[in-house]
Amino acid sequence: MFNFKHEWIETNIGLLLVLTMLAISVGGMVEIAPLFFIKGTIEKVDGVRPYTPLELRGRDIYQREGCYLCHSQMIRPFRDEALRYGHYSLAAESQYDHPFQWGSKRTGPDLARVGKKYSNEWHVEHLVSPRSVVPQSVMPNFPWLLTTPLNISDITERMMALRKVGVPYSLNKQEYDANVKKFGAKTAEMLNIADARKNLIKQAQEENYDGDRSNISEMDALVAYLQVLGTMVDFRKYDDDAFVKYR
Amino acid sequence: MATEVIGSTEQYNFEIVKKFSIMAVVWGLIGMSIGVYIASELAWPMLNMDIPYITFSRFRPAHTTSVIFGFGGSALFATSYYIVQRTCQARLFGDGLATFTFWGWQAAIFLADISYMLGYTQSREYAEMEWPIDILIEVVWLSYLAVYVGTIMKRKQPHIYVANWFFLAFILATALLHTFNNLAVPISMFSMKSYSLFAGTQDAMTQWWYGHNAVGFFLTAAFLGMMYYFVPKQAGRPIFSYRLSIIHFWALVFLYMWVGAHHLHWTALPDWTSTLAATFSIMLLLPSWGGMINGILTLSGAWDKLRTDPVMRFLIVALSFYGMATFEGPLMALKDVNALSHYTDWTVGHVHSGALGWVAMITFGSMYHMIPRLWNTKIWSEKLIGTHFWLATIGVLLYITAMWISGITAGLMWRAYDQYGNLQYSFVDSVAAIHPLYVMRAVGGAFFLTGMVLMAINVFMTIRQGDREAARLRATSPTKMTAASA
Repeated sequence: MFNFKHEWIETNIGLLLVLTMLAISVGGMVEIAPLFFIKGTIEKVDGVRPYTPLELRGRDIYQREGCYLCHSQMIRPFRDEALRYGHYSLAAESQYDHPFQWGSKRTGPDLARVGKKYSNEWHVEHLVSPRSVVPQSVMPNFPWLLTTPLNISDITERMMALRKVGVPYSLNKQEYDANVKKFGAKTAEMLNIADARKNLIKQAQEENYDGDRSNISEMDALVAYLQVLGTMVDFRKYDDDAFVKYR
Repeated sequence: MATEVIGSTEQYNFEIVKKFSIMAVVWGLIGMSIGVYIASELAWPMLNMDIPYITFSRFRPAHTTSVIFGFGGSALFATSYYIVQRTCQARLFGDGLATFTFWGWQAAIFLADISYMLGYTQSREYAEMEWPIDILIEVVWLSYLAVYVGTIMKRKQPHIYVANWFFLAFILATALLHTFNNLAVPISMFSMKSYSLFAGTQDAMTQWWYGHNAVGFFLTAAFLGMMYYFVPKQAGRPIFSYRLSIIHFWALVFLYMWVGAHHLHWTALPDWTSTLAATFSIMLLLPSWGGMINGILTLSGAWDKLRTDPVMRFLIVALSFYGMATFEGPLMALKDVNALSHYTDWTVGHVHSGALGWVAMITFGSMYHMIPRLWNTKIWSEKLIGTHFWLATIGVLLYITAMWISGITAGLMWRAYDQYGNLQYSFVDSVAAIHPLYVMRAVGGAFFLTGMVLMAINVFMTIRQGDREAARLRATSPTKMTAASA
């Protein structure tokens, strides 16, 4: 009869290591691996596209300044959140987010759908001096965003790195054509790595996010990013319960 | 004959333990000071002073990294190297490798703090270090594993003591978590910036699998290892139940790895994953309390020590906070409770009842036990330990009370409706309502930090006293020693 004694493990370092490794490996394998294979994990929805070069640089700055520590980008399916922030967040909406920015704390409000809710001028004013527009706010001032020119020297490297991890920025004709099919010609232009610098400058000058056309500041990029958050999916096209089956 | 004398003092490698102990105190001071400062920034935003490097959102990771990996990590290196040598009755394996783990680890924490302030971050909570620092940590960690396993292989008795199981599980799990959560592609070999391999939902799941198990293994399993050595030692009694330690060890290391997704309740993560995590979170209560009960009941028959021994008081109160935090955790992992608590300060309070109440207190107790022994002397001031204990306890209580009230207040205000069914409050109403509690939290933190300062003074004076005694001994005894050995 097989007579197990825990003493075997306690006296054998190899066995202890192997069994511990087994015990700690199961949870992750069961919960993480299937997320890459189960089809319904990411909803099928139109409109979600990778960020333009300028928005991407804005996102980098959002990460650099640690915005995720006080602002979530994940609206939960509750009535109060629907009223306050809008439709609950879909997995599809962060499918190109490397890394995700869902956050874990709302010292300030959720930003998943902040895009187009406030004017560019409001954002600039608010980022430079939050209490000038929201007196009770405890957000720090970020005045340097307005005075620091945006570094665009490595924009192609950034897009290339993201392409490596699966974001469909195009490097050749074939990828470009695929993007035209998937996102439309106008968006496909913006996702072309070869034109990144040109596209970035063009977007910053046309939209003039920071109110100063003479240069491209970090503020231009960050506001461009904030203004696109949550605006990609047109929820009017879908029934209220269209996404329930994915949950 | 002289070699024999040297041989006996160097039975163990305590130099490395001393180094890590001192750095645990230093990082404690740094990390908790930053903590009090950033808590004050939330209460009085002008303290950000428009300086990017110390602005809350860049400074906060420097706080978490300094306290978790600097203070907690150094304390774990120190105590684990101490415990593994004592319980195996063998000198630490690989002197050079152990020294490398010291300098490598200190460099990693220092570089991480500086890099956050300069704006280099992966924006993954508690794993903010960018890729070059991650590689350094990986190398240090594998060296740590080699030193630890090597020492256990040199042990002089057949059994591996239970504290070492917990330390081994912590080292293995941390290696696993660190590796998979930091998979990223740098934008070039000469840039600190990288993008994570995974995106969105999968990335979130990986991060919180890491994030919660940083708590589960770095801040729990490892500190249980500390507990399993220092509580019986300080109490002078064997551990309450050996059988319980076996059961709760395996249950703890198995169950913990499943619960990370409770940080993602009601998000775009599929329901099956978060339900699974909630279920395992509830089950996790049992092994958690198994550890707490095993620790506290070790004192049965010696309860009077709580009155007379401030070190024992630290250890037992730490276990009580551990029990409380591990009850609160499963509660917050219930989806309905989480709907209220998530995104609020309740979570911050919960973390600190674990981090200050459990992790820091068990560390203080263990350090006060170990440091006089390392320097072969008595603690400089027993009374100061008592003062430290009360400052720390009052500090934690102020902190978590403030965060409970603030979290529940904000959570309720966010979901309050007026008589017409509209939202009753704007977001900033909740910010204004909890402002006094942010002040209270900063005060609680200041209490805790003051206790830490007293500890630093006590440790400094103890070391000085130990060094002086050793010097006096060297000055007076060479003749005696040669006489004795002759």
